Amino acid sequence: MFKILKKQVLTPEIKLMVIDAPRVARKAKAGQFVILRINDQGERIPLTIADFDPEKGTVTIIFQEVGKTTMMLGEMEAGDTILDFVGPLGKEMEEKNFGHVVCVGGGVGIAPTFPKARALKEAGNRVTSIIGARTASMLFWEDKMREVSDKLYVTTDDGSYGEKGFVTTVLERVLEQEKVDLVIAVGPVMMMKMTSLLTKKHGVPTLVSLNPIMVDGTGMCGCCRVSVNGQCKFTCVDGPIFDGHAVDFDELLSRQRIYLEEEKRALEKYLATRAKEEAHYAE
Amino acid sequence: MQNRLSGRPKMPQRPPKERIKDFEEVPLGLPEWAAVEEAKRCLQCKKPQCVQGCPVEIDIPGFLKLVAEGRFEDAIAKIKEKNSLPAICGRVCPQETQCEEKCVLGKKGQPIAIGYLERFVADYEREKGIRPPSAPSWNGHRVAVIGSGPAGLTCAGDLAKMGYQVTIFEALHAPGGVLVYGIPEFRLPKSIVAQEVDYVRSLGVEIELSCVVGKTLTIDDLREEGYEAFFIGTGAGLPYFLNIPGENLNGIYSANEFLTRTNLMKAYLFPEFDTPVKIGRRVAVIGGGNVAMDAARCALRLGAEEVCLVYRRTKKEMPARVEEVERAEEEGVNCIILTNPVRFIGNDNGWVTGIECIQMELGEPDESGRRRPVPIPGSEFVIPIDTVVVAIGQGPNPLLLETIKGLALNKKGYIAADPQTGATSLPGVFAGGDIVTGAATVISAMGAGKRAARSIDLYLKDPNKFPQWR
Ligand SMILES: Cc1cc2nc3c(=O)[nH]c(=O)nc-3n(C[C@H](O)[C@H](O)[C@H](O)COP(=O)(O)OP(=O)(O)OC[C@H]3O[C@@H](n4cnc5c(N)ncnc54)[C@H](O)[C@@H]3O)c2cc1C
Ligand SMILES: Cc1cc2nc3c(=O)[nH]c(=O)nc-3n(C[C@H](O)[C@H](O)[C@H](O)COP(=O)(O)OP(=O)(O)OC[C@H]3O[C@@H](n4cnc5c(N)ncnc54)[C@H](O)[C@@H]3O)c2cc1C
Ligand code: SF4
Ligand code: FES
Repeated sequence: MFKILKKQVLTPEIKLMVIDAPRVARKAKAGQFVILRINDQGERIPLTIADFDPEKGTVTIIFQEVGKTTMMLGEMEAGDTILDFVGPLGKEMEEKNFGHVVCVGGGVGIAPTFPKARALKEAGNRVTSIIGARTASMLFWEDKMREVSDKLYVTTDDGSYGEKGFVTTVLERVLEQEKVDLVIAVGPVMMMKMTSLLTKKHGVPTLVSLNPIMVDGTGMCGCCRVSVNGQCKFTCVDGPIFDGHAVDFDELLSRQRIYLEEEKRALEKYLATRAKEEAHYAE
Repeated sequence: MQNRLSGRPKMPQRPPKERIKDFEEVPLGLPEWAAVEEAKRCLQCKKPQCVQGCPVEIDIPGFLKLVAEGRFEDAIAKIKEKNSLPAICGRVCPQETQCEEKCVLGKKGQPIAIGYLERFVADYEREKGIRPPSAPSWNGHRVAVIGSGPAGLTCAGDLAKMGYQVTIFEALHAPGGVLVYGIPEFRLPKSIVAQEVDYVRSLGVEIELSCVVGKTLTIDDLREEGYEAFFIGTGAGLPYFLNIPGENLNGIYSANEFLTRTNLMKAYLFPEFDTPVKIGRRVAVIGGGNVAMDAARCALRLGAEEVCLVYRRTKKEMPARVEEVERAEEEGVNCIILTNPVRFIGNDNGWVTGIECIQMELGEPDESGRRRPVPIPGSEFVIPIDTVVVAIGQGPNPLLLETIKGLALNKKGYIAADPQTGATSLPGVFAGGDIVTGAATVISAMGAGKRAARSIDLYLKDPNKFPQWR
């Protein structure tokens, strides 16, 4: 059992939790993830390690409520416990001095971008960061990202904050104006795909952190397979970080949709039960 | 007196039409009178051949005699001297190629139904309530066991009986290995696995779940925590794929994923349980082993209208237990033999719609001794399908192996370990089960766990007994 020590609502849909998990915290590195399960009937879902403190033995996760499990998690409070919390899984990011690195974080992807930007900064890189969200209320961690970046750009799709446009709008400008040695992109698959297409045009090496559907997270089931350079890779053990220019994003987009119908059913059932419960308490 | 050569009872089982509607157990177990009658057939051989066929050396005539006398509790105690997981073994061991194959009665008639009787006494005890044994006092040594499959559980149980303090570290959230994530409920109810795991716990073994050794902890960390010897029983948990075009299309599963979703995550109870599994109208399972049979039978129970098994040799070469092939066919699984997939065909949405296959014929025997399947040129044809399960075998999962420096592997990537002692190239590190032999059987994994426990005891009492590590 893993205790939620702290909960913070970053945006209405995005929540942060600090979890008491000393063994995971001691081994965690930027780029790795955990798999958690809330209760006995629960699904095993992967979430990136957004931050960790080996001394305090804590791991921070940031998640967006998109379906049943993330919504249930979002309703939990400090003091509650999560049944399983396995990690750190996946390979860590290579932490060395590449020169000038641009870190691109989209939506909830800002969270996993943070420890990467920080590690790269500490490794001596010049770090430019570009973070973006659909709208101002969905943006978070601007301050934290600023701390670990030499320069920070902020975009919103609707222009409600920062620059109007996509992260790729700014990235294109940076690529045209400056020498960039490496781009790291974390966010929705479509955003990572567009970023990779752009950097390919400019010949800049690009790393992306993939998020396929997973089950065990230990290389046992093969659910998380992706095609990289035409080869079959398991994201949970070979990744999640891969060369963006080699990933078959369309296949990944398709594979992410396998359970759309079932996910919808689960969510509807959950929301209906919740509504019933709320009505019961309101009486 | 009844004729000793015949009279072997048939296992009562649920009718196919009824059983494919749910995940309840298929064979029902022998009634008491039949068990006693069957046990009475045993000749009580002076040099029992059956025992030689048993990888964990159960005193088979000994326990059979007690069953014949109606002393069921003593019979189970006799089995448990050697085997901590009898309810599991009584259900999934291939007795027909082990103890029963060696039974002298089999030479002229029918061998004793040793497996059925093992199951009978284990079930008898479980219904009466398992008696926890008295745990011996701690001898001061700590041993870490990695993986909670049959190999790990057996090694841990045996060491605990010798007074060692043992902790099992398991990557998944439930103990049992393939017994919980692979073998389906209708063949091995998970409550039975849980009870046998509890028995191992009652011997004093601690189980730490959701801990991936190599990631959450390393062997070096465990050494620092005071563990003096290690047993690696991490199984063969790497799914093989065919490596043919279209294999990442939606609707194509590895058997491991399909079975893990279904059994460990209980997808057959979706949406009560949160993990779904997608099942089409027409399902093809590629392979001919126990894993393929399990996947095919799960698919039927999940509501597939047609399930076929695509196998490249003939039924004679199928590695699955005969009993399981029969049950699968009774339930309506259709075997398409001498057929091999060459590519998967998909639609515009990325979903699989068919398998292009090629017909095979049997050529000369290969290194496995079985006749090699050879494709017949120009015989390609397409099987229309909406779900595929690839069940063509497993390899060694490299996750842990990559993080242990100096651990010698064999040519196929499995851990190189002495078959007698389980000793690996690293001092104090032993290994056994599927991670050493490749995918095998529950009982052979248990046998390896047992031998390793014996050597760990030997090693911790006198490390000089392992001169290779000096
Ligand atoms: C290595 C890895 C790291 C991740 N890190 C984070 C993180 O730090 N924060 C975070 O909020 N999410 C992260 N995700 C995604 C997260 O795992 C999913 O959002 C979560 O599993 C959804 O579960 P659910 O039951 O709430 O929704 P579901 O009911 O399972 O899904 C609802 C919707 O989300 C989509 N979805 C499902 N799984 C994924 C996925 N893996 N990636 C993208 N979309 C998905 C579905 O297509 C569907 O539209 C990560 C995924 C991976 C593989
Ligand atoms: C579907 C299926 C059906 C089968 N049917 C039969 C049958 O009818 N009869 C029969 O005799 N055999 C059968 N087998 C084979 C049998 O189950 C295996 O041979 C046996 O389980 C091997 O035991 P093991 O202890 O070596 O490994 P496993 O049972 O594979 O257990 C290994 C355990 O180690 C854990 N692990 C792996 N890596 C790590 C790590 N780094 N850290 C911590 N834990 C880790 C795994 O999660 C797993 O729980 C079947 C196998 C399958 C897949
Ligand atoms: S070989 Fe057969 S008859 Fe002889 S002791 Fe064993 S089970 Fe009994
Ligand atoms: S999630 Fe199972 S292999 Fe990656």
